[in-house]
Amino acid sequence: MGINPDLVGRIYPAGQSYQVGREKIREFATAVKATSPAHFDVEAARKLGFNDVVAPPTFAIIIAQRADAQLIADPASGIDFSRVVHADQRFTHHRPIVAGDELLAELYVDQVREMGAGAMITTRAEITTASGDKIATTTSSLLVRAED
Amino acid sequence: MIEFESLEKGQIIGSHTVQVNRADLVRYAGASGDFNPIHWNERFAKEVELPSVIAHGMFTMGSVIELVSTWVGNPAAVIDYQTRFTKPVVVEDPEGSNPTDHEGTTISVEGKVGALDAEARTARIDLAVSANDSKVLLKCQAVVQL
Repeated sequence: MGINPDLVGRIYPAGQSYQVGREKIREFATAVKATSPAHFDVEAARKLGFNDVVAPPTFAIIIAQRADAQLIADPASGIDFSRVVHADQRFTHHRPIVAGDELLAELYVDQVREMGAGAMITTRAEITTASGDKIATTTSSLLVRAED
Repeated sequence: MIEFESLEKGQIIGSHTVQVNRADLVRYAGASGDFNPIHWNERFAKEVELPSVIAHGMFTMGSVIELVSTWVGNPAAVIDYQTRFTKPVVVEDPEGSNPTDHEGTTISVEGKVGALDAEARTARIDLAVSANDSKVLLKCQAVVQL
């Protein structure tokens, strides 16, 4: 089974907001082996002009994958998560994510295409603050491998 | 501090290696919320026709950017970052090894200046990323605001 082509153009509204925590930034930075003091130390972050510790460049994947989870859980999508392979990823930052941010992610299905016996779906998460300021745009393509 | 004027297209900015073992993948799973068992359960990974447990693509992407963050001195200077995932990074669990301090798989990254935009004062850094003698990321590019 592939992916329902009627999904293109669908928008999944933002669910519960994501509260960016200082310890979560430290935990994520440790997990990707990032060493910049700006991820860990508030004073170091302030010296670079941030109000609090700053997130690593790929931190927004946490928020983007939560938004993607809505799509994968949607029975209309026909996506079998156990056959999903991450094909590509992009982050465009409109302003850095820092501890204390409260973020929302609206998910757009931009493309569905057949790839041999499988299919590829491209989604975009528009991440904003609760008051609508643009923070980041993430784009992901997931390849759903065909069943043998 | 990197001066935009000092950069030239093609210039190598440096290289870096990241070691990844099974414990690192469990840590990344917890930190990111991505608990897909192909990243921590060998039996399951093999059942879905993978050679063994593989690293999260996002672990690889997230860890190799350290080269750029350190070079520029401010991780938030990375305003755009993209890649394609071409080959999985297999992370083995050798007989008799200590899973928490085993050296694991080595991911190597080298960065060079791929493009410069004088008006925007940005540099595109192109990253060549390999593991287990294969290129694992393709078109891995970070745009840095200077």
